[in-house]
Amino acid sequence: MGRYMSVWLPYLLTDRTIRSKPELKEVDFVLSAVVRGRIIVQASGSAVTQKGVRTGMAVTDARAILPNLQVFNYQEGIAEKTLLGLAEWALRFTPVAAVDIPDGIILDTSGCTHLWGGEVHYLNDIICQLDKIGYSAKAAIADTIGAAWALARYGKQTIIAPGAQMQAIQLLPPAGLRLEPFVLDRMYKLGFHTIGDFMHMPHPVLRRRFGQEILKRIGQASGTVPEPLESVQPAVVFQVCLPCLEPIKTRTGIEIALKTLLNRLAQQLYQEGKGLRKAVFKGCRIDGAIQQIAIGTNRPVRNVKHLLQLFEQKISAIQPALGIELFVMEAPVVEKLSSQQEALWAVPGCGNENNALANLLDRIAGRAGTQSIRRYLPVEQYWPERSVKLTHTLFEQPDTEWKADRPRPICLLEKPERIKVMVPVPDYPPMMFIYKGVMHKIRKADGPERIAREWWQDDNTQIRDYYRVEDEAGARYWLFRSGTYDQEEPGWFIHGFFA
Amino acid sequence: MEQAIINKAEQVQKLQKEILELQGFRPPLEHEWRDIGLGLMNEAFPNKVFPVATVHEFVSTSAEEVAVTCGFISGLVGALMNNGACLWVTTKRRVFAPGLKAFGVKPDQVVFADASGNKEALWMMEEGLKCNTLASVVGEISELSFTESRRLQLAVEDSRVTGFIHRHTQKPVAHIACVSRWRIKPVESSSGCGMPGVGMPSWNVELQKIRNGKPGAWIVNWSPNGFRVTRADIGRLSVPAAKTG
Repeated sequence: MGRYMSVWLPYLLTDRTIRSKPELKEVDFVLSAVVRGRIIVQASGSAVTQKGVRTGMAVTDARAILPNLQVFNYQEGIAEKTLLGLAEWALRFTPVAAVDIPDGIILDTSGCTHLWGGEVHYLNDIICQLDKIGYSAKAAIADTIGAAWALARYGKQTIIAPGAQMQAIQLLPPAGLRLEPFVLDRMYKLGFHTIGDFMHMPHPVLRRRFGQEILKRIGQASGTVPEPLESVQPAVVFQVCLPCLEPIKTRTGIEIALKTLLNRLAQQLYQEGKGLRKAVFKGCRIDGAIQQIAIGTNRPVRNVKHLLQLFEQKISAIQPALGIELFVMEAPVVEKLSSQQEALWAVPGCGNENNALANLLDRIAGRAGTQSIRRYLPVEQYWPERSVKLTHTLFEQPDTEWKADRPRPICLLEKPERIKVMVPVPDYPPMMFIYKGVMHKIRKADGPERIAREWWQDDNTQIRDYYRVEDEAGARYWLFRSGTYDQEEPGWFIHGFFA
Repeated sequence: MEQAIINKAEQVQKLQKEILELQGFRPPLEHEWRDIGLGLMNEAFPNKVFPVATVHEFVSTSAEEVAVTCGFISGLVGALMNNGACLWVTTKRRVFAPGLKAFGVKPDQVVFADASGNKEALWMMEEGLKCNTLASVVGEISELSFTESRRLQLAVEDSRVTGFIHRHTQKPVAHIACVSRWRIKPVESSSGCGMPGVGMPSWNVELQKIRNGKPGAWIVNWSPNGFRVTRADIGRLSVPAAKTG
């Protein structure tokens, strides 16, 4: 079981205001906002709160208590922003830190506290550091987020021994379970003043009176219901660093660093049975700037030689300036990589044919971009522009067969181009057409092949009648008439060239 | 006396072969002795077999010629493809994948790569030609220098990949270090037995240049079973056969 710490910042917003305007430290002030036409106190500092001003009170009432109260505007969303900043700050204490709206942060302390000499020191250090930067805070550590949350806000104990969380929260008020206000009102009416009063009641009874929510909250406090924690920074599992004694300035130096880091990363990936799809190589410069280059691969890879080749194409983008003192290699996207990859196009006599092809495509994608690699797969549609599906990967397989029953041109114009035609009889192929100012007399023709736009795709059901024609010179074209003669004058277009 | 002449001819042939090998043109390997259905045309090729593991050049000037050249190339690609993929480097998206199917190419086994210009296309083609798991590489490159084409030839010498350079250009064509230069033009199709309508693709195939072979021109049809070379058409060579060697 993990250990969690909940930090409560009761005067978050006012502490923040004092941080930005130190002259307010000795002044009574509140933050207010207009709610339904009344100016309401949204946040108050500890001194003001002790004098009787509460959040949710009208500012005029507060002024009656404290005549020289100063009022500042409350900005929407500022609490979330501040908490996010604090959670990121807390990443120095644990790799997993989360924002707890509206007034706290939660840290996953599992396996971290011994570095500070135990949980007590760990907790005190965090509280002290927060105090130093101007935030008053209360915190508690327990086996579950729920119990830690309740104790930080309503309890006196700060460290709860593993497994003892339920006894610890017994005497706390029901609000410690993070319940809705109307549920709390009802509990108060029924005489439940502590969590212990109803904690052991049968679940059906509790659910009927207070809803499903309360069971979830009790479960989260006791640890029977898991509670996910959304860290502000997703953990990068595959990351290796290389600090340098002397700042690196040369290409050779960077290449050596790159090779060393790739070797170590590949070792890590091998042990986990993973291959990387994306890798980022960062260089932290002396002047604080970070230079980085990134590569992507077609399939999971952990072959150092290949990765080195991909990175080598981009090394020149790194500007070492005065020198780089720390190199970091990260693999933000990894996938499972079995030692044997299935063969797509087997070449007799050599083993890793797919790898070679995929490596080639990686190199091309590294230089010209992933979008530059195209493969086409068949789609069960007749409209020519939609009869193929574009894919950028090597490993996607066609779902259906390629159709070859109808003639299709080898070259297709990206957009059909309008031509002038002479047609003897409607529904006949033209006798001649003019394309780009050149007249082509038609000697042979096939068709029409009618292709209608699928009715479920668009409102207008467009119809094209395609003809394969051959002119005097023997060149073969794909022409079509858009629409029919019984409506307005139909247009003629050229759409492709046959071999 | 006669004996001496025969000996001499044999000697010359042997020497020629040696020179070819020194130039990097090795005789085809055992599994490359494969007739790809070019029939009559084989007479024109060195060793009487279509030269694989080299770079061929195709020239086209109009959109119609581009189409027939693509058709002929895909026929060759299809014949060579048996067990491998094809990399098709393009500078303009014009090939319509379903159209390849008719020429015996499985369109999903062709990997297209878009290049932003000639330089990038050349780089991609060279990388592709070095990759011996590919069966063939097609590059649509409008202009390249002799040195650049030499690099491509060097790349295939180890990998045994066959390369096709398709140059769509209006300018007079500079000489490059390819084993051959082809020019494909459309001719009237024949459906056979006087049936109306457009028949199977027919081309006038000109082999303007072939190293150690005999240039020529043929009328070639494409049938579902492959190429059908109907007649040699030496007289129709539009430019005098280029000097080779």
